[in-house]
Formats: sequence, structure tokens, C-alpha cells
Amino acid sequence: MALGFTLAYLVVIVLVPLSGLAWRSSALGSAKFWSLASDPRTVHALYVSFGTALIAAAINVVFGVLAAWVLVRYRFPGRRIVDAIIDLPFALPTAVAGIALTTIYAPNGWLGSFVQGLGLKVAYTPVGIVIALVFVGLPFMVRTVQPVLAEQDRELEEAAALLGASRLQTIARVILPALTPAILTGFALALARGVGEYGSVIFIAGNIPYVSEIAPLLIVIRLEEYNYAAATAIAAIMLIISFAMLLVINLIQAWSRRRYGLGA
Amino acid sequence: MALALDASISTFAAPAARATSESRLARGVAMGVTFLFLGVFLVLPLAVVFVEAFAKGVPAYFAALREPDTAAAIRLTLTVAAIAVPLNCVFGVAASWAIAKFEFKGKAFLITLIDLPFSVSPVISGLIYVLLFGAGSALGPFLERHGIQILFAVPGIVLATVFVTFPFVARELIPLMQDQGTTDEEAALSLGASGWQTFWHVTLPNIRWGLLYGVLLCNARAMGEFGAVSVVSGHIRGLTNTMPLQVEILYNQYDFAAAFAVASLLALLALVTLVLKTLLELSYSSEISATGRGH
Repeated sequence: MALGFTLAYLVVIVLVPLSGLAWRSSALGSAKFWSLASDPRTVHALYVSFGTALIAAAINVVFGVLAAWVLVRYRFPGRRIVDAIIDLPFALPTAVAGIALTTIYAPNGWLGSFVQGLGLKVAYTPVGIVIALVFVGLPFMVRTVQPVLAEQDRELEEAAALLGASRLQTIARVILPALTPAILTGFALALARGVGEYGSVIFIAGNIPYVSEIAPLLIVIRLEEYNYAAATAIAAIMLIISFAMLLVINLIQAWSRRRYGLGA
Repeated sequence: MALALDASISTFAAPAARATSESRLARGVAMGVTFLFLGVFLVLPLAVVFVEAFAKGVPAYFAALREPDTAAAIRLTLTVAAIAVPLNCVFGVAASWAIAKFEFKGKAFLITLIDLPFSVSPVISGLIYVLLFGAGSALGPFLERHGIQILFAVPGIVLATVFVTFPFVARELIPLMQDQGTTDEEAALSLGASGWQTFWHVTLPNIRWGLLYGVLLCNARAMGEFGAVSVVSGHIRGLTNTMPLQVEILYNQYDFAAAFAVASLLALLALVTLVLKTLLELSYSSEISATGRGH
């Protein structure tokens, strides 16, 4: 009975709406679909979405792993509070994050005026999108790397040290390789989230077509014009590219797990 | 002799200990960079929300929250969460029960389906309901003939919210129930308890803290969802605006203090969620599956 209910609920809530999307995009026909997909504004929006999400996920690899490292390996007062605050982007509604980040990085904002002094512009440019996506993606990276790092065997490090490896060599050759599968998982999750992110981005992006317009926003714009065909086509391309990227990452992950043994 | 052995151990141990931790300088730099990064990216946005909310003083703050459209948005958000969270709670328990306690074909596929809303853009989540119920769809004319309004009305908002939040409870409970296995239930059944009795007196108490944890995250997302709801809501003031949408509208009409006043309520909700979540993790970590943490 539980299974029947689960299946019925899934079918109604997930499968029917999603198959609607698949059906509507296939009903377009391939010629129509490609003419919509190759619209320069669409192509640029996809480029912005995937490009900024990739950069943000890469930034999160550096700072997410560092944060996980500090939280697992070091003891300092307030560690639990710092640990709890990592999840803030999960809990804070994206629209709130969006207006807060925009206020900070606006030309007259707390950091915006400082950054402008350095000749940089963050708000209303793709740089702002990257900042919002770093915020959104950070917990994915920390929370996938943290448990793996916590369970890692310290004896391997001791062995490496006793065999004469310097601390940097141990980190680069022993610790990081074992973390690679977890880092890739975090990267994939942050990337997937970043590509689809809407609420935190639209305020800070400025939404200038061909400059800082993201694909989810273009879907919304097309919907508001009642251009359901174009909206469906953009959504379908986003899903196809996302699935392809996740597939590649899964393959790399399987490879690195085979190679290094340990994994997330 | 013993002394000599001690001495030789400590000469071995000392370099090993030094070599498996970083120098004080490296530690300091690592912690400094991390704190600076977290401060700028996490703490600063949170601080800005509250500072801006009270920028025009405390009376203006409460006046902004009492404004009729804003009050309606707060009521709508509470209503939507009150429908979506219990629905997904029942679904989450049923789904994880089915997945953890029974063996059947296609289990992996079922889990993938449950995770799906996490990997789909919220805008696309909203779009699929527009395609399903909108004017050009198969269902659209039927709904119109019978005067049923789903899109740009509360039912659409509830549906979109249910869609984006339904993995939370199930994701939390599946690993937990798989860990616990079926021995407790088998014992209860063999002692003569009925299926429902077993569920209420054995299974549910076993998973209560994990369930609470899932509900907490589900609720936070249900109240804060923006993208999916924005697509299906139609932004009718006082009628189909939830709190996050009201934040957007106020912000776009340059009423920053009011926008941040509403945002501060949502930020407060996020903080309460984080505190409760941390308390649950500290007190009942073994009863909340460690593998299901976070997302």
C-alpha cells in the first residue's frame, strides 16, 4: 500500500508534468526546435548560465575544501557556530540572498563602493552572477567533502611523514587524491544548482540581454510573452546539457574512485 | 630501560606529530582565509538584511509588515506551507518505508525520481505546471470549462511548492530506515501487533528525530521557494503573492526598507531552522542519519 501510494504520488507530481515538458518539446518538431535553440539571445543566455556556474563551482572547490579542512582538522572556539552557518544558503530563501548580495555589491553598497575604488564592477555584471552562485553552491561542496575528510585515516599521513614526505607533499599526494571523488560530487552538485539558480541571481545580474541574462530568466521572459514554444525549447536544452555534464562528471568520478579506491 | 624506550618512542612520535599537522603559520593563514571568506559570503548578507530592514527605524519596520498586501503575502506563505509540508511528510514516510523495508525492481529508478526536483531548475519546475495547466495544454480548456483555476492561483502555488520540496523528508528518512533494517518490525509483528500498530508504536518512534529534521528543511524551502512559485503565481497583489514574491515586488519598486522587512522575517526563519537543525544534530546525531546531512 505504501508503495502504491508512493508511486501514485510520484506519477502525479513528477512524471506527468515532466512528460508534459518532453511531449511539448518533441511536438515542436526538430526544425522548429533548432531554430528556437539557435536563437542568438538563447545561446548567449545558456553560455552565461553554464559559464558562471562552472566558474562559481571552481571557486567553491578551493574555498569549500579549505572550509571543510578547517572545520574537520582544527579546534577553535565557536567551531559549531561556524559549522552551522555553512548551511545558511540552504536555509535562506534565494530572493532574500539576492537582494542582500545586490545591496552589498551595488556601487554605493558596503563592498560595492570599495570594489569600485579598485576599478571593478560587480553588481549588474556576470561577476555578480558568479558571486551569487558561489553563495548558493558553497554548502554543497563543504557538506560532501567534510564527512570524507573526517573519516580519512590519519595513519596514511603518518606513514607518508615517516617516509620523509613534507607536509605539502602529504597533502598534495595523499590527502587530496583521496578526496577527489567527494570534491567531484560537490562540484557536480554546486554546478547543477548554479545552472538552474534563479532567485539569488536575477537581482544582482542586471539582466542585460547578451551580457548578463541567464537562461532561467529567459524562460520566464518567454513565458510572460506567452511564447511557450521558446520557453519549452530553452528548458529542454538546459536539461539535456545538464544531464550530459552530470554524466561526464559521473564517469570521471567512477574513474577516480577506481584509481584512488576511496570515495564519497 | 623503560625510560630509554619511552625516550625513543617520543623521539619517533615528535616528528610524526609535527609532520601530520601544519605549522602554526599555515593554520593561521588557512583559518584566516576561511573566516574572511565565510564572513564576506555568508555573514555579511545576513547582517545586511537586518540592518536594511531597520534602516528607517523600528516603527517603519512594523508598519511595513502590517501593510495589507504584505500581510496577505505572509498569510499565503503560511497557508501554502501548511498544505505542502504535511503532504510531503506523509509522502516521505510512505516512500522511505516502501524503499527501505521492501525489495522490488526499479528501486534505484524510484530514488532517482525522488531526487529529481533537486536537480531541476526551479523555473523549469514552475514551467512544467504552466505547460500542463496553461491555455495551450490538453487540460487547459477542460479546466476553463469547469471554472477551475490552477495557474495564477493558490492551487498552482501549492503544486509547485509540493514539487520542489518533496525530496526533503524522503531523502532524510531513506538512509535512516535502511540502516535500522526490519528486525524491530518483525519482532512486533511476531508478537501479534497489526501493521498499523507496528507503524505507530515501532517504526514512527524510531524515525521521529530524522522525520523532524526532514520536516524542518522541507518547511524552510516551502516558505522560501521563489523561482517555481514565481512562474505559476501570476504576481497578483494581495492574492497570489507569497513572501519571497512580495520581497521582489517591494524591492523592484525601490521600497528597500519594506522589502528587507519582509526579507528579515524569512531570514529569521532561516536562522531558527539552522539553530533547531544544529540542536537536533547535537542531541540525536545517531538517530538522524549522518549520510543524509545537508542537502
